[in-house]
This record gives sequence, C-alpha cells and structure tokens, in this order.
Amino acid sequence: MAVEPTLWISGQLAEKIRAHGAETYPHECCGALLGRDAGEVAGSDPTKYPVAPEREILALYPLVNRRDDSPRNRFSVTSEDVMAAEKAARESGMDVVGWYHSHPDHPARPSQFDRDHAWPWYSYIIVSVQNGAPQEMTSWRLNDDRQEFSPEGIEIRHRAAV
Amino acid sequence: MTVKVMIPTPLRPYAGKRASAEFQAATVGEALGHLTKEFAELRKHLFTEEGKLRSFVNVYVNDEDIRYLAKENTPTKDGDTISIVPSIAGGVS
Ligand SMILES: [Zn+2]
Repeated sequence: MAVEPTLWISGQLAEKIRAHGAETYPHECCGALLGRDAGEVAGSDPTKYPVAPEREILALYPLVNRRDDSPRNRFSVTSEDVMAAEKAARESGMDVVGWYHSHPDHPARPSQFDRDHAWPWYSYIIVSVQNGAPQEMTSWRLNDDRQEFSPEGIEIRHRAAV
Repeated sequence: MTVKVMIPTPLRPYAGKRASAEFQAATVGEALGHLTKEFAELRKHLFTEEGKLRSFVNVYVNDEDIRYLAKENTPTKDGDTISIVPSIAGGVS
C-alpha cells in the first residue's frame, strides 16, 4: 500500500527557503535540497527502497535562477549547477534529494510546467511568496507515470537523525 | 566496444538501484537503447512519447555535451563514460 512519504527539515532550513523566496521576489528563487533517505541507511532492506522512504534535508545549496528572460514565472538550474550541487552533497556525505523554488504571487501548487519538467524521486519544495512575504510551503514528488505530483508531508524536526 | 553509462540518482530506483551499467555500443543512441531495454521503466523519464530525449536530460560523453557533438549519433569508443545529468526547471503558470 502506498504511504505518503515524509520529508523532515529543521525549522532553520525551512526558514532559509522562505527567506530566499522573499529575497528574490518578484523573481523565482531556486536551490538544491541536500540530505539523506532513511532507506539508504546501511543495513536497511534494499528491497523496500524506494517505497515510502523518510527523507531528511540536512543542508541547502542555493542557486542563481538562470532564466534571465522570464525570472518571475520560471526557474532553471543548468546541468553544470546540478553537478556542482552533487559535488557539494557528496563532500558532506549526502545526496541531492530534491529542489526548492518559489511561486511569486501564486499558490504553492505545482504547475503544469513544473510537472512537464520534473524528475521522479526528487522532492520538489514550493514556497508561495505573496507581495514579498513568504506564505505556504509544500513538497511534492512526481508519480511514476509522470501524470501527476503527489503531495509529500513536511515535518519540522529540531535535530537531525543519525 | 564497452561503454559505461552513469545513471543519475533520481533514476536509480528504476535501474535496480544501480549507479552505472555497461553496454556494448558504437554510439550514444545505441547505449541508451540498451539501457532502456534493460531497464524499461527508465524510458519515459528519458524520452518523450515521440522518442526524443527530453529537454532536461543532458548527456555527456566523457566531459563533452552530445548537443555539441553528433547528439545521439555521437560515436563511442571502448572505455568511454556516458553520463546522464539532470537539469532542473519549473515555475508558475
Ligand atoms: Zn513551480
């Protein structure tokens, strides 16, 4: 049975994502989510991967939005930026487990454009920024059939699990 | 000739959790064909329904982007590494 995956993040990192969205308003902000999947902890049953993993965000890798032409409603992370984020993650014993971006003056719901460009497995955090003030923050994962995103619960944790 | 295909993290669950796979291939397209034959679930994440590489899928032979080579017809030689690297895009509306 499918269980809604849960993303753990500290209040401090969640606040940083909001602050990044406010800082770049009215443009979209973007960045990488660095962390670990509970399913990847050594000794855990690999056959359960990637079913209902619990994922923890341990660091952020803020990026510059490369869409100079339409930064208010688009963000873009180049493959070079992705490789740099992966390198930073590996150096800290983590993985890039997802991406965050803001929706200036729009709700924190994935757009059709988001879905058309999404990768599976990654967590996609969206923060809504209304009139410069960060509002709701949500997280999503693309379904295997690429037709829809499923919501992912966000749980604010004070301390990282080992 | 044997080439190694590096599989990006988000696609590993569809490739038996593997980070790479080796195939006999003379071109990039041939190697990707073998990859998506062995791991059929990868196909829709790499290719559109028309069979074209998706815009956010970047393929490198060693350190060269195949967009600046011969795209999927780029020849490969023994020991080459083909890397599939995501780019990320999104936005409102
Ligand atoms: Zn979006």
